[in-house]
Amino acid sequence: MIVELRNVRIRYMTGNFKDIGIKDYVIQNLKKTYVAKEFWAVDGVTLSLEKGDLLGIIGKNGAGKSTLLKSLTRIMKPTEGELCVKGNVAALLELASGFDEDLTVRENTFLRGALLGYTRKFMNEKYEEIIKFAELEEFQDYSFRQLSSGMKSRLAFSIACLVNPDILILDEVLSVGDGAFRNKSEKKMNEIIQGGITTILVSHSLDQIRRMCNKVLWLDKGKQIAFGETKEICDRYYESLQIK
Amino acid sequence: MIEKFKKYRFVFEELIKRDFKKKYKRTVLGMGWSLVSPLLQLLVMGIVFTQIFGRDIPHFIIYMFSGNLIFGFFREATMGGMTSLVHNSAIITKINVPKYLFLLAKISASLINFLLTLCIYFIFVAIDGIIFSPRFFLLIYPVICLLIFNIGIGAILSALYVFFKDIQYLYDIFIMLLLYVSAIFYSVDMFPDKYQLLFNFNPIYVYIKYFRQVVIEGIMPSLQHHVLCLIYALLALITGAWIYKKNNYKFIYYM
Repeated sequence: MIVELRNVRIRYMTGNFKDIGIKDYVIQNLKKTYVAKEFWAVDGVTLSLEKGDLLGIIGKNGAGKSTLLKSLTRIMKPTEGELCVKGNVAALLELASGFDEDLTVRENTFLRGALLGYTRKFMNEKYEEIIKFAELEEFQDYSFRQLSSGMKSRLAFSIACLVNPDILILDEVLSVGDGAFRNKSEKKMNEIIQGGITTILVSHSLDQIRRMCNKVLWLDKGKQIAFGETKEICDRYYESLQIK
Repeated sequence: MIEKFKKYRFVFEELIKRDFKKKYKRTVLGMGWSLVSPLLQLLVMGIVFTQIFGRDIPHFIIYMFSGNLIFGFFREATMGGMTSLVHNSAIITKINVPKYLFLLAKISASLINFLLTLCIYFIFVAIDGIIFSPRFFLLIYPVICLLIFNIGIGAILSALYVFFKDIQYLYDIFIMLLLYVSAIFYSVDMFPDKYQLLFNFNPIYVYIKYFRQVVIEGIMPSLQHHVLCLIYALLALITGAWIYKKNNYKFIYYM
């Protein structure tokens, strides 16, 4: 068992406490309008994955997909339940954010590589390859704010796809760049996935899930609706979408 | 511990590089600013205060420079440290890296600045006719204590800043007040004995005093003084570390 979740619940806080100052904090407390709504973003998920499994997570917006992924990468901690992940995890979540606008493409590439846990030696070796894959050869010393958003995503993908993890987590990353680059990136992703690692994929494209995944988890408002065979669950999910 | 250090060394270095580069991006003088700004400050203070306080204090320029040096490091490190979590929220919410790395990188960048200014300080010390002695190596001790102190205070501030953005304005005021009670351009000898002791409650003053005793007075600070330096440093560090540990998974809700 590479990934095992037993009745995992994650409490999420939301409300009007974000970005407030001390004044607002005091006033809200005095007037008793201080609202920290707590809700279960993930409410009772149980699943297990073997080596080589490819799990697709489906569900509407706000179903708790991203929160679940964040707990798998250990950015968040489950409030209740057991979560056991064996091996190193690489998560590619919303790739294009987190770059520094003031740095050059080269500097950002090294910083991102470092953040993803690559070694300096590895980055020195792979730098040319990354830039070539992202098709940014002429832009290496440009400041990052001069790039288009497509270029940024391309670079982000090119750095991230060098990972060599035991467990790979993908959040809508397969839809990067223009048509030509998308084909290239999907091919690259497939290469990694075929390497026998365990992959967890969030996608709004049901076709993609049917094509790639051997297991599916269906979430709705944090609750686990179903976990198991791809075809059966996808059919049921598709039906549930049609009713509305 | 050593394994962890190895693992995060690359990302730590890259973060320091980023913070350092960002600071001087698009400036003509670049790193020169970390040399020019303390000198200008010293010049103005010298012009203003030499007439008022300078007559009673030997080596008055060095006396003030010692204060500015320590105070400047504290101010830069803690003010930079304060924003280190919030400014990196885009990374923290996406990639699993220890949060303290961002703080340590920011403080290391200000340490580099401090060490540059320290070189200028020693040039001034030489010009002022103070003879170098092996005793000067003692200064490593307060510098390390101050560094630890800065990390601790930086951690506390950066955590508070995640929850309350007002902290930056409050801290601006606090820093200004601190400047006046740290005996940077006056001497505590002006006050009655019992008030002089109160200054020991100000950690910054304690570190400044250590420098002055070694460099200007040429004496070895007392054992109590050493202990006090360490206590302040550890107190800040333990509090900061505790806050980080307690809120490690809570920060993300506020980002």
